[in-house]
Parts: sequence; structure tokens; C-alpha cells
Amino acid sequence: MGDIIGALWEIVSSPTMYGSAVRLGAFLAFAALGELVAEKAGTINISVEASLLAGAFGGAVAFSVGGSVWVGLVLGVVAGLAVSMLQANMSHRLTADQFVVGITVNILVLGLIGFLTASIDPVAGRAGVVKVPLLSALPLIGPALFGQTWPTYLLYPIIPLTWWILYRTRWGLEVRSVGENPQAADVSGIDVNKRRRQAIYYGGVLAGLGGAFLVLGQVGSFDTGAVGGRGFIAIAAVYFGGWRLRGTILGALLFGLADAFRLAVPVLGYQINAQLLAALPYVLTLGVMYFITKRFRQPAALAQPFVRGLR
Amino acid sequence: MTPDTVDHPTGTVTGSRIGPRSETALLHVLSLGGTLILSAGLVAATGQSSTMMLRALLDGAFLAPGRWGNTLAVAAPMLLVALGMVIGVKAGFFNIGQEGQLLIGAVAMALVGTRLQGPGPVLLIGGLLLAAAAGGAYAGLAALMRFRRGVPEVISTLLLVFVALQVVGFAITTDWFLRDLDPDRPSQAVTSAALPGSVRLPVVTVFGNEFHVGFLVALAGAAAVAFLLARTASGFKLRLLGASPNVAQQAGVSVARAGGAALFVSGALAGFAGAVMMAGGASSARLTAGFSNEIGWQGLLVALIARSRPLLCIPVAILFAALRTGAGFLAATGVDRKVVDVVQALLVLALLIPPAVQFVRGRRRTVGTADVGEG
Repeated sequence: MGDIIGALWEIVSSPTMYGSAVRLGAFLAFAALGELVAEKAGTINISVEASLLAGAFGGAVAFSVGGSVWVGLVLGVVAGLAVSMLQANMSHRLTADQFVVGITVNILVLGLIGFLTASIDPVAGRAGVVKVPLLSALPLIGPALFGQTWPTYLLYPIIPLTWWILYRTRWGLEVRSVGENPQAADVSGIDVNKRRRQAIYYGGVLAGLGGAFLVLGQVGSFDTGAVGGRGFIAIAAVYFGGWRLRGTILGALLFGLADAFRLAVPVLGYQINAQLLAALPYVLTLGVMYFITKRFRQPAALAQPFVRGLR
Repeated sequence: MTPDTVDHPTGTVTGSRIGPRSETALLHVLSLGGTLILSAGLVAATGQSSTMMLRALLDGAFLAPGRWGNTLAVAAPMLLVALGMVIGVKAGFFNIGQEGQLLIGAVAMALVGTRLQGPGPVLLIGGLLLAAAAGGAYAGLAALMRFRRGVPEVISTLLLVFVALQVVGFAITTDWFLRDLDPDRPSQAVTSAALPGSVRLPVVTVFGNEFHVGFLVALAGAAAVAFLLARTASGFKLRLLGASPNVAQQAGVSVARAGGAALFVSGALAGFAGAVMMAGGASSARLTAGFSNEIGWQGLLVALIARSRPLLCIPVAILFAALRTGAGFLAATGVDRKVVDVVQALLVLALLIPPAVQFVRGRRRTVGTADVGEG
């Protein structure tokens, strides 16, 4: 028992693990922030998984063609947005069921990228590490937060930006109102489904950016299994955060930490069954959702479609 | 769920020149045609010929000797998964983790078939039943999370798929669990041992085409589900729950109990499908890392296309299975077999469009005429 605690301590206290926790958490945070806005508008967007994958693929292809990380990130955003436009227009213009559309879009994008990678093999690269002066010298958290590849830093302004958009703009107020009481919002002249579509687009943009970040800021190569269900973990992070910004970021970091733990264990020479370890982030997510979901009030109209005149 | 039927009582006075029925037909033709054009464009974009692809698909699925038997054998688990999906959707619950429940069922079947001793038929039936129970219990986890803590089953069932994938990985790499320890095994890949010949599903031979009885079981299942939903009290309860949880509750239906039962049966059918694949000889009757072959996702799409009508699931499952088995012949044409996945998903999206468009148009008409009436 003492051995296990010692081993756990060695893993948890290793500085490299915090670095990788921030990287993995940042990836989830991009997606989770976008999903937060979508859920505030009353939609659960399970095609965030597809947006992430499309962003990763788009980023990798653009990098191998254009040769620059910037081009990759931009195309990643475009790809993520395209997927979310398909989702949003099917589910919140045509009023097809959002989960039916979401799961189908996930399968479609996975199949499409599998098909395309048979003829295109994107060779991605990784952005350079930029150490922020002074801040990266802080003990413990310094290198983890400020000694990363530069696309990681895109996340830091997006966090307050998302807060500002959600809570300090008219658009954000309308988004929140269509998530809480779409009938009232409709009566006061807000186009409910339009706001919901826009919120999903916001989610698609951030998920596309997150996917491109995964490839160009973290892994350095593309693989169809790269996202591997972590879009759903990002959704869980929103639940974990109780539909609040701070909590969502905390959730993304927590699940990133679980991922980092999984990767750190074999590196430090400990033998734990690889499959059990790989299941850890998902099991942890499920456990956390079990214990935490009821503690917060969710947007009142979450996952409820809106059709004028129907309740 | 979007209502299946379009209800617009004042539709006749809107001045629309085409009737609702021909409108339905037109919309279906347009959206299906669009799918075909998109798919052909995709194939053309990679520099291949889509007529050759179509030819290969037909050969692989039906025309070449012995192929339609294969197609039916693949259709069996898809149909079972789809039926489970139908039961969930009818009750208003969206279990989309069939891929995981199917794998758990396959693990149970492999465990019974390769680790227990006994007469073949007993092991076979025991394995099938245990697989159904295991798949049901696995979906039951999602039901537990849903009804005790309010965790949406859409997310929990999806996350459980990724856990199940690792459970399979764990099972086939662990000596005491399912790993094949035979030093003479045919390949170096890590798998479970093959199910012994006595624990396989009996094979039917019709006109030189072989398929296992799993297909007949699945057909009977479709009839049973159709009967259950349309003609029995529990089927009525499920549909009531799906149509209006509040009304169901007031009528004395326990949402947690009926919904939990629906999710359990839904998972049990997926688990059963996994065992049918295993005992039907899929991937040489060995549990492997890629064993499920996406049949769980495919079955889900089948139910979506069939708009949750159990009997309609039968032809759709055969069509989807045909695309699968047909894809086996694509290698010669140079088109990657993943094209089939794309076509299937596009088909689902295309078929979502007509009812949704009609619904929106129908709403506009009623709202429009209502305004006129009040003015």
C-alpha cells in the first residue's frame, strides 16, 4: 500500500505531468467552451466530436499544403464551423431531432475522413514552444501554463472573451434566454432557432480550433482516432461545471489531468494494464457525471426543441 | 422527436398547387437524388468510376456466388441492434451506445463459449442469454445514471462505448480472461480463442447460399417487436411514455421503471447481436480489437432510416448489410471501402429532410391561415 501511495505521489508530483495536463486540458477546454455556449442556448451538440475531428483533419491538411501553423488553425476553424453548420441547420432550421442529426454527423465525418485519408495522407507538424518571459519562471504552474506551444495561448484570451460574450453582450443575453425560456424569448421578438444556430456555430468554431490545436499544438501528427470520444468528455466538462464558465474550465482541466495521468504512468515505469488505464478518463467522466449532475440547475430548456406554438 | 406525420388541417386552403402526397414523393426523390450525386461526386473526386463501384457493390452483396447469404448473415446483428434502438426511441430514450453493448455481449459469449465446458447447444444458448443480460445490464448503467441522477443517456451511453472498447482490449490481452494461449494459433494478432465448432449457430443453405439462423431469429424478433409495440399493454405504455412523459406519469406509468426496462431491452438486443455475430463466425469466431466492425453504429442508422418502424427495419438492414458486404469487393476498383460509411450517413441525413421540410411548411401554413382567420 505504501508503495502505491509513493508511486502515486511520484506521478502526481512530476512537473512533466502538469505540462501535459494543461495541453490535454486545453484541447478539451476549446471544445467545452464552445459547447457551453451551445448548451446555454438550450442545445446539446453531440456533433462537437465531429467538429473536433474535422478541425484536426482540416488543420493537418492545411498545414501539409500551406506549411504554416496559422493556415492550419484557420482551416481547422473553417472545417469545424462547416460541420456545425450542417448540424445546426438540420436540427434548428429543419427541426430534425438534434441527437439523430448529431450521431449521424459524427458517423458521417468519421467515415468521410477515413475515406479521404485513404488518398490524402496529411503530414502535420508541431508549432514551436514559446516560453512567456517571467511568467514561465513561476514555480510549479509556470512551465505548465506558460511554457507551451504557442497555439495553447489562444485559449487564454478566449476564456474571458466567451464570458464577455455570454454575460455582457445583448447576443449573450438572448442566447441565455432562448436556453431558459424559449417561449418568452420568442414573444419578445427573438428568433429562437436563429440564436440557437448561432450558438452552435460558436461551438463549431471553437471545436474546429481545438481540433487543429490538437494536431498542430500538441500531437504533431494526424490519425483518425485522434479525438477518440473526447468530444463527449468535453460535453461532460460542461455538466461538471454546472453550466458556468469557471466550472467548465475546471472540468476540462480535471479530465485533462486524468488523461495526463494515464500517459504519465507508463513513462515513469509503472506497470498498470494499458487498457484499464485507457478506460480511466471515460470511467472518471461517467463517475463525475453521476455524482455531480443533479447538484446544478441546467438551462431550463436544455435539449428541448422549439417550434412556435408547440410546447 | 420530430413528429412522424405532418398535421396541417387547413392545408387545403393555402393555395399550394401540389398535394401533400406528391410533395412527399418529390421531396424524397430530391433528397435521395442529392445523396447519389454527392456520393458519385465524392468517388469521382478521387478519380475513380462510380459505375464500376456500383457494379462491384452489387457483385459483392448479391450477385457473386454465395454472397447474398453473407449479406443476410451481416444483416442479422444490424437488425437486432436496430430493433433495440426502436424500442428505446419509442419510449423516448435515446440509447446510442449499441456499439459498446454489442461488444459486451460478444465478451460474454466468448467467455461462455471458450472458458466453460459442456454440451455445445447448452453453451450456445447459455452464451446468447448471458450476452443479452450483459448488454442489457451495460445499458442499465446508463438507465441508472439517468433515473437516479438525471445524467442524459445520450452522453452516458456514448461514453460507455469507449469503456467497452477498452474492456475488449483488456479481455483479449489478459491470460485469465479471454486471451488465446494456444501456441499454434493461426496469426500473431492478440485475440480470444475461437469458439468451438459445437458452439456455433446452425447454418441454413438455400440455393448454394449459406447464412446462419441468426437472421431468422432477427426476423422473428422484428415481428415480435412490432407486435409488442402495436398490440400489447407494455408496448402501449412505452409509446405513451415516448409521446408524452407527463401523461404517462398521470396514467400511472412509472417513468423510471418503464424507461429503465426500455433501455435494458434495448441494450439486451445489442448484446444479443454481439453474441450472434460471435456464434455466427464473424472475425473467425474470435473476439478481436475491431470485432464489432461498426455494426452497432450501423444498426442505429438502420433504425433511424426506418423511422422506428420495426418491420421497415428489415429491408433497411438488408440494404445496409449489402453495402457492407458489397464493400468487400471494392478493393479491385480502387475505391476505398470507407465510401460506404459516407453513403450510409448521407442517406440518413437525406431522409431526415423530407419530413422536416413538410413539418416546417405545414406549420407555416397553419400559422399563416390562423392569422388570416383572426384578422
